[in-house]
Amino acid sequence: MVNENLVKDVVKEPYKYGFVTDIETEKIAKGLNEDIIRLISQKKREPKYLLDFRLKAFKKWQKMDEPDWAGLGYKQIDYQDIIYYSAPKQKEKISSLDEVDPKLLETFDKLGIPLTEQKKLTNVAVDAVFDSVSIATTFREELAGHGVIFCSISEAVKNHSDLIEKYLGSVVPASDNYFAALNSAVFSDGSFVYIPKGVTCPMDLSSYFRINSGDSGQFERTLIIAEESSSVSYLEGCTAPMFDTNTLHAAVVELIALDDASIKYSTVQNWYAGDEEGVGGIFNFVTKRGKCLGKRSKISWSQVETGSAITWKYPSCLLLGEESVGEFYSVALTNNLQQADTGTKMIHIGPKTKSTIVSKGISAGNSINSYRGLVKMGTKATGSRNYSQCDSMLIGDQASANTFPYIKSQQPNSEIEHEASTCRISEDQLFYLQSRGIEFEEAISMMVSGFCRDVFNQLPMEFAAEADKLLALKLEGSVG
Amino acid sequence: MQSQMKESDPILEVENLFASTDNLPILKGVSLTVYPGEIHAIMGRNGCGKSTLSKIIAGHPSYNITNGDIKFSGENINSLEPEERAQSGIFLGFQYPIEIPGVSNLEFLRVSTNARRKFLNKEELDTFDFEELVKEKLELVKMDHAFLSRSVNQGFSGGEKKRNEILQMALLEPKIAILDETDSGLDIDALRIVASGIKKISNSQTGIILITHYQRLLDEIEPNYVHVMADGQIIKTGGSNLALELENKGYEWTDNFVKES
Repeated sequence: MVNENLVKDVVKEPYKYGFVTDIETEKIAKGLNEDIIRLISQKKREPKYLLDFRLKAFKKWQKMDEPDWAGLGYKQIDYQDIIYYSAPKQKEKISSLDEVDPKLLETFDKLGIPLTEQKKLTNVAVDAVFDSVSIATTFREELAGHGVIFCSISEAVKNHSDLIEKYLGSVVPASDNYFAALNSAVFSDGSFVYIPKGVTCPMDLSSYFRINSGDSGQFERTLIIAEESSSVSYLEGCTAPMFDTNTLHAAVVELIALDDASIKYSTVQNWYAGDEEGVGGIFNFVTKRGKCLGKRSKISWSQVETGSAITWKYPSCLLLGEESVGEFYSVALTNNLQQADTGTKMIHIGPKTKSTIVSKGISAGNSINSYRGLVKMGTKATGSRNYSQCDSMLIGDQASANTFPYIKSQQPNSEIEHEASTCRISEDQLFYLQSRGIEFEEAISMMVSGFCRDVFNQLPMEFAAEADKLLALKLEGSVG
Repeated sequence: MQSQMKESDPILEVENLFASTDNLPILKGVSLTVYPGEIHAIMGRNGCGKSTLSKIIAGHPSYNITNGDIKFSGENINSLEPEERAQSGIFLGFQYPIEIPGVSNLEFLRVSTNARRKFLNKEELDTFDFEELVKEKLELVKMDHAFLSRSVNQGFSGGEKKRNEILQMALLEPKIAILDETDSGLDIDALRIVASGIKKISNSQTGIILITHYQRLLDEIEPNYVHVMADGQIIKTGGSNLALELENKGYEWTDNFVKES
């Protein structure tokens, strides 16, 4: 067996985003009821249809039970003990970045996401979300020149109400599941993207989610619409301070791709994972789904999941359009007492639809890492194909990995292929690399990164480097 | 025989080495000295401790040294990590080279070569320069460039794995190479390629220890010394004739030496 302590040291992650920003916030009272929902809606000056959407979702949520099929073990969430709206106090109307609280700008600076004109990232437009609200969105004018809308969802509700009313909840209905219903009732902000017909978005778009407050949940909602023959690459990053309490994050992401449109959605999730004893950390219950509505449309999910105490997340594709394509590329790394239950659903509805699933789970410490996926071929999905590959890597002898592939086919003229493997970093492999002069840490990092290569190749350039660094960081430690 | 006057200092000195794994004693007092330019062969039955000796010299964590010393270039290396030993010039050619999925052979060879170069205060090579170097070394073992883009040893045939070991040896330019049954599983042609590769890499400054069961490798590479191991000890040392004698008489012949000692 690999020397347990050595491995423990190596995979011990120094979480460098654990700081708290000391800022005056506006918080509403703890608890969840119709009045709270009305209050959130009122604060955001929402139109009536949206308040109705929220209240309907809340009614449904009240009748639903928290799902337990993933077999995750965690302390019962007290939904009345959460603050559902928390925003840094700032001026009512902010016309430019100069008016944003410097403390907030500083926070994002520290996270490596500078927002100010002088320092902002040059090739990526960023929407920065702090607790319940969007703080700033960069490159808006430049994007507007191409007809691309990139703003907070609150703003979209005000300025692009027709699109919101048409598409919000059209991919993930409020009644979809317990956490989606909760989000639909209380969502506070998030990002909105609209790519008009024929436009290739001139730069990557990115949302950065920061949870700062310890007692409030984050419930953001993202909606991306790609019109005919348009394309966009969207990146999402997340971090949170280290608290010894658990914070609930229940997001909903909806993607819509029309004829010949393509959306690439990449996530690097690095929420605080809790400490070695499993104290604290984010409960990450997220519903992400894309609808390939148009012919030859394509939605590609790639994710690198390294954080959160609990991850419950299944970015999925509804393949309606003929010859539409769904992809899911995932790396999930768990350590200590982290639990991850992640995977995808590929629902083939239209004919000649195609999906690819590549999932890589790495479990270290006492963590549990599961792939759970559904591939479904509907009656009309003639000539459709799926290929799934699910690989697990175990580090140490206390971690566990599971694979739960569900396959349902109602269409004999379709193909489903599933491959799965489990491997362990063996002492012999480590010794082999070491005996060639390669340091212990680098040896583990090489093997993990080699294991994930198929997925890293799918990430946008900027993100691939970040993901590699993040894994290396997670694997970094003081050896010996 | 090893007491004769040598012009230079020894590369490797194993002194009365005792080692165990899981409290089971494997080595029971092995002594061995290798000078630059020397080729030593170690022979013996399966389980006599030959492979263990090679792993312990390379620093395998599963074995504990309970007594004795290993000195490399005069320095005691008992407590050095395997990577430190490798960087300073100890090379172990594996009997069963390990497969490492997903890690490209080229990248592995480059990182490994650079770790050694860094130790030698040589400039580390970027991908481009390394390609040049590796091309030249591929010739030595008659390996195709396509080997480099595959994962380390994955799906390699037995012969390809062994040639990949010799390629690593060529790149790392070790001061001492311990080749653990590099000849096993090779056909005659592959054996010749491997043997000629070893000969080309070694020079008057390198020491080589060949661990083998068979005379046929020693026909290609003539050793200066042949040691016979049994039950964790070197029970007899002789010249290259000893291997021939062993080939004729079998290991049973050596059982008498154990009794004598």
